[in-house]
Amino acid sequence: MYEGVVQDLIDELGRLPGVGPKSAQRIAFHLLQADPTDIRRLVEVLVEVTEKVRFCSLCGNVSAQELCRICSDARRDPSVLCVVEEPKDVVAIEKTREFRGRYHVLGGAISPIEGIGPDDLRVKELVTRLASDDVTEIILATDPNLEGEATATYLARLLKPMGLRVTRLASGLPVGGDLEYADELTLGRAFEGRRLLDV
Amino acid sequence: MHVTRLSLTDFRSYPAVEIELVPGATALVGPNGQGKTNLVEAVGYVAALSSHRVATDAPLIRLGCRRAVVRAGVSRAGRQILVELEIVSGAANRARVNRAPVPRTRDVLGLLRTVSFAPEDLTLVKGDPDGRRRFLDDLLVARAPRFAGVRSDYERVLKQRNTLLKSIKQGKGDIRTLDVWDDQLAAVGAELLAGRRYLVHLLAPYVTEAYREVAGGQGDALIEYRGSLGPEILADPRPGRDALRAHLLEAMARRRPVELERQVSLVGPHRDDLVLQLGPFPAKGFASHGESWSYALALRLGSYQLLRADIGPDGDGEPVLILDDVFAELDSGRRDRLAALVKDAEQVLVTAAVPEDVPEVLSGDRIRVGQGEALRVDR
Ligand SMILES: Nc1ncnc2c1ncn2[C@@H]1O[C@H](COP(=O)(O)OP(=O)(O)OP(=O)(O)O)[C@@H](O)[C@H]1O
Ligand SMILES: [Mg+2]
Ligand SMILES: [Zn+2]
Repeated sequence: MYEGVVQDLIDELGRLPGVGPKSAQRIAFHLLQADPTDIRRLVEVLVEVTEKVRFCSLCGNVSAQELCRICSDARRDPSVLCVVEEPKDVVAIEKTREFRGRYHVLGGAISPIEGIGPDDLRVKELVTRLASDDVTEIILATDPNLEGEATATYLARLLKPMGLRVTRLASGLPVGGDLEYADELTLGRAFEGRRLLDV
Repeated sequence: MHVTRLSLTDFRSYPAVEIELVPGATALVGPNGQGKTNLVEAVGYVAALSSHRVATDAPLIRLGCRRAVVRAGVSRAGRQILVELEIVSGAANRARVNRAPVPRTRDVLGLLRTVSFAPEDLTLVKGDPDGRRRFLDDLLVARAPRFAGVRSDYERVLKQRNTLLKSIKQGKGDIRTLDVWDDQLAAVGAELLAGRRYLVHLLAPYVTEAYREVAGGQGDALIEYRGSLGPEILADPRPGRDALRAHLLEAMARRRPVELERQVSLVGPHRDDLVLQLGPFPAKGFASHGESWSYALALRLGSYQLLRADIGPDGDGEPVLILDDVFAELDSGRRDRLAALVKDAEQVLVTAAVPEDVPEVLSGDRIRVGQGEALRVDR
């Protein structure tokens, strides 16, 4: 244990995803020895994101405005909607440059173990959005693991009766993985080869 | 295939140990509690990435240490493979093959094959079905490593579905999502079920043959897969996955009210069993102690012969055979027959507390185990 505020810093860092106690310690001591202006810059950015960044009221992606850049871009195809789990998946798909439609970020996947059901995801928002928008195709791009598949199946059954074309990304994505870890080429191909879901 | 070298760091009782191994028979001899089983356990771990002695990896790391390292040199179809595994407490394990890190530790499966027999295997015959399911699944993975993924997916689906059943009962869960977990369970379950059913079909004649040899021609051992789906459906040795999936869905639909009431999944391969028949009787509850021993041994030797016959992608499927503490428990007739059966194995590792327990035909290489060391005995 370190004295007071140093230990507080280590504890706080250790709370971050992917940071174990050892790394927390390492980062803490790095910060202690770093140039104070660098630290101030980091603090300012942290404050800025907590104050300014919010979630797009339409798609749920991170955004600096009420509407994110993608939702407010009139050149994007309003008839195709790509449903993903997390904002980081939007970033991954944008990198492929395969997709010109819009997104809907669920905020996770169905997982009883973690206590997450459809009501904990932005499913209601999706249905509302479909009722008013001119969407004709939905691409379900949840992660290629059990929870992602379960979520895709659930949504497909829910949306099919609305007369939409519902597709799922083609297999070829590493099964059991996260979408964000798929390389651009694989993810790009998965978009081209997406298949209709029969439910 | 055979293991040429084994080196351990902070694995079980060993701070550091290294042994060279040769093809043929090697006897590891030393007093009780000196670390003989620990050595062969490490060899088995490289093959299966788990130990039959424990449910988690934690006990494999030497007390007070944070990580253990197991290195094994494997000679397979003339190719030398170096497998290195790092077992870390509270974090993901890491693996390297020929010094290059592999993306997932699981990719190591299939490089080395082992079949081991130990006194605890008596529970295969006398114990509960879960031990026999584990026996089947381990063999399935040894034959086709992709089943490691199927198996862990199935465990995960089951956990998700059981959690959902519980939370529905508590009024928290969303019953509309139960259908999608039924789908997942049926899809992954059908794959596991098809794999197991076909495996039993392949394995059965080898077990019958091995029992005859071990027991000296007395009694017929017949193994049969029995599942929650019923004998008509499982009569086909190679049932189609789509058909199994439909049957599983149908069975789940039928039992849903009971499942909701009892809050557990009642349909699927996790409810199945491998029935061990000895003549007209089930071995469990009818077989004598000696017969149960022979049966357990026949299951392992049958697995050994099955893997050996399955030449694998590089033409060398023959596993390393591990006989841990077995000979002391057998009468002289069974002892001699077993020794004769395994003496031609490419590599067989035998452990015994006293040298007299190692049959003459298996007294090839000898390693003395004691006080944290394992030293070759020059004879
Ligand atoms: N994680 C661990 N850390 C330290 N020591 C351990 C650990 N796990 C097991 N041991 C020690 O290893 C010893 C057991 O070794 P092992 O099971 O290999 O004995 P053995 O030579 O096979 O004995 P036997 O002849 O009785 O079967 C025990 O003394 C036990 O305390
Ligand atoms: Mg032992
Ligand atoms: Zn948006």
